[in-house]
Amino acid sequence: MKKIVLMGNPNVGKSVVFSRLTGASVIASNYPGTTIDFFKGKMKLDGEFVEIIDAPGTYSLEPSNKAEEVAVKMLKEADVIINVVDATNLERNLYLTLELIEKDIPILIALNLWDEAKHLGIHIDEHLLENILGIPVVPTIALTGEGIKTLVTRINEAKINPERKPIGEDQRWSEIGAIISKVEQVEHRHHTMRERLSDLTIRPFTGIPIALLLIFIVFWIVRMIGENIGLVISYIFEEGYQPLIQILSDWLGSGIIRDILIGQLIEGAIDFELSMGVLTTGLFVPFAMVLPYIIAFYFMLSLLEDTGYLPRLATLVDNVFHKLGMHGYGIIPLFLGLGCNVPGALATRTMETSKQRFIAATLLCISIPCMAQMAMIFGILGPYGLYYIALVFISLIIIYISAGLILNKFVKGASPEIFMEIPPYRRPSLKAIGKKTWMRIRWFLKEAIPYLFLGILIINILYTVGFLQWLSNAVSPLMALFGLPGGASIALVVGFLRKDLAVGMLLPLALSPLQLVIAVTMLTIFFPCVATFAVLLKELGLKDMMKTAAIMVVTSVLVGSILRVILLGV
Amino acid sequence: MVDLIRQTVILKNLPEGKKGKIISLEGGHGFQRKLRAMGIREGQAVTVVSRQPFRGPITIMVGSFQMTLGRGMTQKIIVEVL
Repeated sequence: MKKIVLMGNPNVGKSVVFSRLTGASVIASNYPGTTIDFFKGKMKLDGEFVEIIDAPGTYSLEPSNKAEEVAVKMLKEADVIINVVDATNLERNLYLTLELIEKDIPILIALNLWDEAKHLGIHIDEHLLENILGIPVVPTIALTGEGIKTLVTRINEAKINPERKPIGEDQRWSEIGAIISKVEQVEHRHHTMRERLSDLTIRPFTGIPIALLLIFIVFWIVRMIGENIGLVISYIFEEGYQPLIQILSDWLGSGIIRDILIGQLIEGAIDFELSMGVLTTGLFVPFAMVLPYIIAFYFMLSLLEDTGYLPRLATLVDNVFHKLGMHGYGIIPLFLGLGCNVPGALATRTMETSKQRFIAATLLCISIPCMAQMAMIFGILGPYGLYYIALVFISLIIIYISAGLILNKFVKGASPEIFMEIPPYRRPSLKAIGKKTWMRIRWFLKEAIPYLFLGILIINILYTVGFLQWLSNAVSPLMALFGLPGGASIALVVGFLRKDLAVGMLLPLALSPLQLVIAVTMLTIFFPCVATFAVLLKELGLKDMMKTAAIMVVTSVLVGSILRVILLGV
Repeated sequence: MVDLIRQTVILKNLPEGKKGKIISLEGGHGFQRKLRAMGIREGQAVTVVSRQPFRGPITIMVGSFQMTLGRGMTQKIIVEVL
């Protein structure tokens, strides 16, 4: 299949052009041997399917990071290049364009954000630009789809300009200067509303309050979307699935097979939340409880990304995250991790170096409670009052910060300073956001659901054969260290794999509220869940995963002991 | 004689609201290339948009676009105060 590669600077609306060109069959992929993700899809051109690849954004063909390296490698497979150029920033964009033209691959230009350029008083003579460069130039407004048809019909005109010979960096810039002076005219203009908004959201005095308010609103929307989708999916389970699974349960009768597949009957009936069977709770938890929030979180993330707010948020929080060994984008794994640690773990890829990734992943595991963990915290401590819940969260925040400071000091490797473009605010395209959200959800389903499923299967088998009981007996003397009765060990052991199960096991022990605070905090620090564990194993490799696991165990024991002294005074 | 006392500062110290012109880049070859490919190069006009507190990053406007840079990087960009 013919390959068309979209190349361009970051933030030029490349992904919007991509979603305009491709149909529904788009997939997010991981470039082999890297942590770089890219999108590909198909398009029909003259009755034949061609592959469209959305390469990571790059400023030049001399890569300065991994994403740019991947973009350069993708170029080698290209049959045609569509160079997406930001008309509001023509000068800088042309640097990559000139480099691409030297590559001897047929190329054409989508001069995107054409409307914005006009709005900003930038006039570009696209015909003259086409003549000078010797390749087709098509003005586009990807957001509304204007110009995309022309772009598609002119793909066949993509060509190599044989007169362009490789030149050096300085020559390239002087050539660009000459081109710009011929094709571009800029009117003087006043500050626009968007620019004023941009200034307000990036200056600390106004930006930080706005960020706090926005994050609050985002979580409120996430909760609203998540709850409603959850209701719909639960309804499908209760009405559509329950009768079928009941038939299977009756047919199986009692025995080990039923215990594993269906689980325990609660008051004679299947309870999707409590039965703990692979086919009951094992399906219900990921699809009806976790997935709705994943959809909501990914939707909001895509929205924040496409409006251009994220780089501003990253700028505001960079200072804190840089001291913890990451940079401003460290807020993304944290944000997603509050929904589910799996997408949080996948998002550690936004970090630049392996040191930053390791720290982001470790902090995520030990101190970011996911939706299920938060439900556990509220479920157990809620009856005793907000004070106890606050104790847990304060402990977690202190752990996040102190562990970050310590890891930054001792983990080898570099944590370079932040360096990124702040794109102007843009009206987001619902179509592009929808597509992005959908691709991310599909990715999540593929990466996480099988492991969630596997986790429940393993725990059921271990429980049925009595291994967990044995292990908890073995570690029960240690519980005294945390001011807990020996019986709490089973909850902590089971909590290794399943937090929600652990809740039910803590309740009959009649612990005091402060003892519960200790148990719950320790449970949160422990392994998030099997799915996160599996994803991290893949993301970090075995060696770093073992290190993370060791840090988790040590932190948990340490925090448990310290909390005992502080809270119980013994 | 006025042009003999051209005032040059590192970008970090360019006052907010003052216009500057980049006159040279320092630091390693790779670093300089990275900046230039982004459009941060000699002769470009530059202003400081915001400074984050406690030695946080600095956001600058170069030509028609904005960038956030760590403070360390802004010490390697020399500008002339206009």
